[in-house]
Amino acid sequence: MAKITFVTFDGVRMDTEAENGSTVMESAIRNAVPGIDAECGGACACATCHVYVDDAWKDAAGEPEAMEEDMLDFAYDVRPSSRLSCQIRVSDELDGLVVHVPERQA
Amino acid sequence: MSEITKTDVVIIGAGPVGLFAVFELGLYDLKCHLIDILDRPGGQCAELYPEKPIYDIPAWPEISGQGLTDKLMEQIKPFAPQFHFNRMVTRLERQPDGQFHVETDEGEVFETKVVVIAAGGGSFQPKRPPVPGIEAFEGKSVFYSVRRMEEFRDEDVLIVGGGDSALDWALNLQPIARSLTVVHRRAEFRAAPDSVKKMFELVERGSVRFELGQVSGLTGAGGQLSSATIKAAEGETEIPVTRLLPFFGLTMKLGPIADWGLNLHENLIPVNVETFETSQPGIFAIGDINWYPGKLKLILSGFHEAALMTQAAKRIVSPGERVVFQYTTSSTSLQKKLGVA
Repeated sequence: MAKITFVTFDGVRMDTEAENGSTVMESAIRNAVPGIDAECGGACACATCHVYVDDAWKDAAGEPEAMEEDMLDFAYDVRPSSRLSCQIRVSDELDGLVVHVPERQA
Repeated sequence: MSEITKTDVVIIGAGPVGLFAVFELGLYDLKCHLIDILDRPGGQCAELYPEKPIYDIPAWPEISGQGLTDKLMEQIKPFAPQFHFNRMVTRLERQPDGQFHVETDEGEVFETKVVVIAAGGGSFQPKRPPVPGIEAFEGKSVFYSVRRMEEFRDEDVLIVGGGDSALDWALNLQPIARSLTVVHRRAEFRAAPDSVKKMFELVERGSVRFELGQVSGLTGAGGQLSSATIKAAEGETEIPVTRLLPFFGLTMKLGPIADWGLNLHENLIPVNVETFETSQPGIFAIGDINWYPGKLKLILSGFHEAALMTQAAKRIVSPGERVVFQYTTSSTSLQKKLGVA
């Protein structure tokens, strides 16, 4: 289990518990985090679960793979810290992870 | 107006559930026309995840979206369904005799006894990039596809995106445009390597301008664009633009279905779970687009819904006829329809 914190666009912090091996997106959907749509259900096919990884967690969360980068082209206001939350797998190393929800999904 | 095509059933949406409906309806001799906004069958399976595995199709431990589509196409072949791709159904109207007129954006008209809405998450439409005020320029200076190249002649064209559509149109429009700029948020493209190479050759020759960044603002008046602001790591630049072509992929929208007088529940169509009929007799809804208590958006649920819908559809098309339930394993008459007996 890992604690994943979502910070919504208006600054509300939402702490969630996520199982190792699940994705950050799943934790958002399970806990009804506002601003994460996940239209395609986690197939890395829509770019509507876009988040910004908090600076402190950038290295631990890692870089997007090629397919995810392609999908990020369709996201809104993409920054160097942008990731698709369906592509971040929860593990012990990510216990305490903080991600920020963008103003909107594309 | 073009000639009216007469049929038993019009299926709106050629995704997996629409395709399987052809099979179930076919067993009861109902002829189907399918209309889909995409250019090929498969719906989300073909558009969103053709290569990705699905693990919950009964008897298929693993099958890709495209694989499932191909198998369904093979399965429904005996029933010779008629496909109409690249079209959106814009109007659905009941006629005085109880039949329906189904009209597409290409002007075709179908006269049908039954309509089956199997439209999944709605129709795939180009994604509008999140640039403030872009709506005001749509149709006049902002286009999501190129219908007539002449509209781009001697214009300052800005193409946004890094896929095949973006690069293909950059290469095609460059010779006739006054200037052509491509904006993409990174230096890698997800397009045919040959197109990428050709574009960078044009960039080197100074015929195409390439900007790394994202469009953050548009200016103009009365729908006519005059410039665009490009936001890059090192700051913002403004460039003259009179035509903008954003290629940001596709999204699903309910579209004209909302105007057909059907009861809706959060953009889904409530149905009777015995018949999968909507609030309008003769109009059915199956698959992801429908809603009933306990609904699960699974392909397998859609298959089940198609089978039950068929029983009710048959009664509408052949009133008074006794509907005999048979198994494909043992019924010679069904096997004849399938071409195996």
